[in-house]
Amino acid sequence: MAEYMAQGKKPEVLFWVGCAGSFDDRAKKITKAFVKLLNKANIDFAVLGTEESCTGDPAKRAGNEFLFQMQAMTNIEVLNGYEIKKIVTACPHCFNTIKNEYPGLGGNYEIMHHTQFLKSLMEEGRLKVEGGKFKGKRITFHDPCYLGRANGEYEAPRELLKKLEVELVEMKRCKSRGLCCGAGGAQMFKEPEPGNKDINVERTEEALETAPKIIAAACPFCNTMMTDGVKAKHAEDDVQVLDIAEMIANAEDL
Amino acid sequence: MQYIPNILFIIALVAGIGYFAMNIRKIIRNIKLGQEVDASDNTAQRWSNVVRIALGQSKMVVRPIPGLLHVIVYVGFIIINIEVLEIIIDGIFGTHRVLFSILPAGLYNFLIASFEILAFLVLVGVILFWTRRNIQKLKRFWANEMKGWPKNDGNFILYFEMVLMVLFLTMNAADQSLQSLGAAHYVQAGSFPISQFIAPLFNGLSEGTLIAIERGAWWLHILGILVFLNYLYFSKHLHIILAFPNVYFGKVVPKGKFKNLDSVTNEVKMMMDPNVDPFAAPAEGATEAPAKFGASDAMDLSRIQLLNAYTCTECGRCTDECPANITGKKLSPRKIMMDTRDRLEEIGKNINKNGEFKPDGKQLLDDYITREELWACTTCNACVEACPVSIDPLSIIMDMRQYLVMEQSAAPTELNVAMTNIENNGAPWPYNQMDRLNWKDEN
Ligand code: HEM
Ligand code: SF4
Ligand code: SF4
Repeated sequence: MAEYMAQGKKPEVLFWVGCAGSFDDRAKKITKAFVKLLNKANIDFAVLGTEESCTGDPAKRAGNEFLFQMQAMTNIEVLNGYEIKKIVTACPHCFNTIKNEYPGLGGNYEIMHHTQFLKSLMEEGRLKVEGGKFKGKRITFHDPCYLGRANGEYEAPRELLKKLEVELVEMKRCKSRGLCCGAGGAQMFKEPEPGNKDINVERTEEALETAPKIIAAACPFCNTMMTDGVKAKHAEDDVQVLDIAEMIANAEDL
Repeated sequence: MQYIPNILFIIALVAGIGYFAMNIRKIIRNIKLGQEVDASDNTAQRWSNVVRIALGQSKMVVRPIPGLLHVIVYVGFIIINIEVLEIIIDGIFGTHRVLFSILPAGLYNFLIASFEILAFLVLVGVILFWTRRNIQKLKRFWANEMKGWPKNDGNFILYFEMVLMVLFLTMNAADQSLQSLGAAHYVQAGSFPISQFIAPLFNGLSEGTLIAIERGAWWLHILGILVFLNYLYFSKHLHIILAFPNVYFGKVVPKGKFKNLDSVTNEVKMMMDPNVDPFAAPAEGATEAPAKFGASDAMDLSRIQLLNAYTCTECGRCTDECPANITGKKLSPRKIMMDTRDRLEEIGKNINKNGEFKPDGKQLLDDYITREELWACTTCNACVEACPVSIDPLSIIMDMRQYLVMEQSAAPTELNVAMTNIENNGAPWPYNQMDRLNWKDEN
């Protein structure tokens, strides 16, 4: 972004990479896949790079409002400094926080989740989504809580999957009644409370009941949780966990 | 002497309604112990929610069987109340089936016939509800927090409704027999599609016995209604009234939007503004930081959250969809609501006794809701989505976490590590912020 600024240019959209997308090895693959798609569609985009910092979502949901607002205001200062209007992110948690909780602190942006953004590119004809090697494959989609229930977006990811011409089989609990993967509310960063099962295993079992070739995800944290779940069930040789952006990029071997 | 029944009736009516009004006032007082909230926004959305979710029962029918049964009981109850109006007028003035003399005969007969059919449907509905609880033993009615009073309460309500409906039909059946005997005072009125099947049981009874049955059923029915009315305060059945205001005050912003604490905003702004002298005395009239961040007791919660607690029907749909609960964790969003109500009632009783709240060495946190429950929540909003009366258990969990972290620094160790990382590295993991763009050049 700093480079854009130096050249006095403004990008069409800012790609908010998020912590997972920046640091987590698995999530970085999603980041790269999404960037390939952005390049393919000739989108003029920028990233904040080292000026990006955690949105504060895990802090807020852990109960640390102070740390959350520190993070939020620092980020808002940077974003407003660059006069950012439009943001896209591949993380539903970043999406939710920037969409719902930043405006009250002075950060007003048009923010889209990457599935929404890709869908709009597809509708505008700027990006072609074709089945390719996924055509006819049995796939189930896991709704991220912070995209679905939290913000009411159930259709964008499904429409992309439809374009990929997959055979979409829904799990018993899906859309507004979808079961959480277990990562939200800062659970990602701690051991679960005592119980009789891990939430990600419960959810993975439900996904495996649909006998999918691929479990499609739209959140880096869900992705980790489901990947771990698949490993716990020793199903990693038969079932892959892939982000929708990765699927679209892979479909045409980008 | 002939006015004794009227006088007794009026006394019962005034006592019944009076005691109920007193308890309602207590509820309002207790709710006002909570923090004020501004809910003057989105009025149109709020009213439309009342119409769709409360009146229209839209979230009840997400589960079709209990949803349909409930619609029957709910519609039946509301419509049969027109008959209660007639009963009250009759009781006060000593008339009998007064509406028959006012309304066209055809309409009156139609109404009575509809009440009978509805009463029968309600009876069937309630019996099915009972079997779901006690024979089928649906899991959500047999969870840990549903032992003892909550379990009995659920059944009492159903017995109450059964008895009231049977009394209503018995009354009509006896009335019918009396009408065919041509008994004085018993006008030929009404049409009885259901109780006509009960009436033959009364064949051969004397007029005196029939009158005793009819009057007995009539009195027990109306007294039963008055007792039931007063039972509400002690029961989860309070929802039949509070569901409406509660849905009105339900969350109208996206479920993922959690409120930002304004007091923190001021503080953070001060810290980030280089022009502010951190040692300067606070400006005159500047808002003081609140006494406390988050919630450790019922009074720290908002009035809407307290209304939520009184409204909860203990149906367990929230807990049934809670990922933590499903996987055997202690957390149950229904229990969060029940605990909040119990604690609020305890505070209310304390005030009744002492005139004001005398600290009792207890609080909602730890004495009712444990930390283990609070930390098990994934903030997934499944409970909020599931609740048919727009209750938000998650908001209480969040407020209590806030108290734990901001007032007591009592987060689980791993979370403290993650938060320190966010503070120092701008990410919940121990990576260097300068490495954020490394993915760009990796393959
Ligand atoms: C105004 C008249 C109403 C009556 C007479 C009534 C009656 C009842 C009864 C008898 C039950 C117990 C069912 C059982 O044992 O499982 C019940 C439960 C319940 N009612 Fe109502 N209700 C009324 C209004 C409402 C309204 C407006 C709502 C809001 C949508 C509502 C929501 C519920 C819920 C969520 C339950 C828990 C039942 C379940 O899911 O199993 N009720 N009601
Ligand atoms: S938000 Fe928390 S309490 Fe509610 S269903 Fe999800 S995990 Fe359970
Ligand atoms: S909070 Fe709502 S869903 Fe949960 S038990 Fe109470 S009424 Fe039912």
